[in-house]
Amino acid sequence: MIQLFVFLLAGFVGVQTINRIPPLLHTPLMAATNAISGISLVASLVLAGSNEGVLATALGTIAEACAVANIVGGFLITDRMLAMFKRTPTATEAQQERDGASSVAKS
Amino acid sequence: MTETLIQLAYLLAAFFFIMALRTLGRPETARRGMQLAAFGMAVAVLATLLPARIVSYDWLAVGAMIGAVVGYPLGMWVPMTAMPQRIALSHAFGALAATLVGVGEYTHGAATGSLARGHVLALGLEVLFGGLTVTGSLMAFGKLQEILPGRPVTFRGQNSMNLVLLAAAVIGLGWLIVSPNEVWVFAAMLAIAVLVGILFVLPIGGADMPVVVSLLNSYAGLAAVATGFAIDNNILIIVGALDGLSGFILSVAMSKAMNRSFANVLFGAFGSTEVGGVATASAGGKMSTTSAEDAALRLAYANRVIMVPGYGLAVSQAQHQIRELGDLIEKRGGDVRYAIHPVAGRMPGHMNVLLAEAGIPYDKLVDMDEINGRFSETDVAVVVGANDVVNPAARTNPASPIFGMPILKVSEAKSVLVLKRGKGKGFSGVENDLFVEPKTSILFGDARQSLLDLGLQVKGA
Repeated sequence: MIQLFVFLLAGFVGVQTINRIPPLLHTPLMAATNAISGISLVASLVLAGSNEGVLATALGTIAEACAVANIVGGFLITDRMLAMFKRTPTATEAQQERDGASSVAKS
Repeated sequence: MTETLIQLAYLLAAFFFIMALRTLGRPETARRGMQLAAFGMAVAVLATLLPARIVSYDWLAVGAMIGAVVGYPLGMWVPMTAMPQRIALSHAFGALAATLVGVGEYTHGAATGSLARGHVLALGLEVLFGGLTVTGSLMAFGKLQEILPGRPVTFRGQNSMNLVLLAAAVIGLGWLIVSPNEVWVFAAMLAIAVLVGILFVLPIGGADMPVVVSLLNSYAGLAAVATGFAIDNNILIIVGALDGLSGFILSVAMSKAMNRSFANVLFGAFGSTEVGGVATASAGGKMSTTSAEDAALRLAYANRVIMVPGYGLAVSQAQHQIRELGDLIEKRGGDVRYAIHPVAGRMPGHMNVLLAEAGIPYDKLVDMDEINGRFSETDVAVVVGANDVVNPAARTNPASPIFGMPILKVSEAKSVLVLKRGKGKGFSGVENDLFVEPKTSILFGDARQSLLDLGLQVKGA
């Protein structure tokens, strides 16, 4: 029963949070939820590591590999994408950049 | 004691995950938030590895190694244009993990005779959602990667067959709740789910993929929720709920942007059914063509320019060329924005990522709702490889099949320049009134080459 509470509350928080994410970041959002959902790793770890027979260990290990692939790949690609989103430099920042570049050139 | 520690670690991880989603609301904070989420994930995983439930570590090391070897290239080497199929693939991975855990838990429970009804219900839902997401996502991957034919594959009675299969799966689930130890029913249900996954994506064409990929995201999340219920693990329930909802919200947004009801998306085969007699639409009239020189002259002296990139831009890999053209116009004092329709790419937000990769600052990438007010003050709107999403018939012609679809109001701009490969119609097969308007001029040719030509001419102007 308590699980239902958790589910409903998480759903409520989810709607509030996800609706605020602009379409600009919808692809990173999907990659991010993918990475986070790799948390199913904890289930496969328990299945693969608790000596419940060959079948359980085999299934658990494959599941674990899938989950780890999602975690590793998911966080990396989300970070790669988010690193690409840059603002237009403000006038002062652009100035500083030019100054920096010219001072490098002088030295 | 250890158990408490594990639960606390999960709580911490859940907190970081939700914070990460909050930071995704703004590009400046998002990166940091995701790094915190990764940290939360590490804490949760390490806590699980504490010797409470886990007694042997050998195979865990093997699985982790394989996963890391597969995951690294999926994170670092996949090009941004291939993002939709990469995401589809990772939905398949996530769902496969959930399905296998479900099968493992069930067989273990059946062998020891310890299956309670609620438990079986959760496990059944887990393999149902998991199984159909695995094959569905692999189908979507195949279509997006163009291993499989991208066009919709349809046959008579398709929808009724899918419904019958779904009903059979639900009956199987009911059966299991009544008598939990019927292993063959469980196996049959899994087989049906796997089959439904294939049949469900089969009739859906390439351009409808944004909805499908989002929907599969949602199903993968639901499979994770069911896993959480089955093994009584709160963090799986929380994360699954977030994942499922995120996918659901995105698929609703996508189907709205494509002017399809959600039911229409589910029982799809759209491309083939919707295009029909009305496609001949209204506009007679001729397209007026222009040369790169003339078009460039207008761009060079324009004060406000809005670029409207569509999927055709991504197909011809012209993201860098459009940015170069934009930069050149800006250097001459013009103001350049990029109007992004929600379904401009092959998945939600895809076009933004492609343009950000080309180096366009994100404050110049403007969502449809925000930019639509600006077209009337715009001197030149440049449409590159977009068609249906700029068709004014969606607003003016109730007889048009795309009537009601939210569009970019390009026709309100003072003049319109359309870069087009050929005289073909858009995905919906509808004639586009915009192309024959007097203020529209058309520059035929490959988008990439046309943008290059325009850039050269603007530089010289």
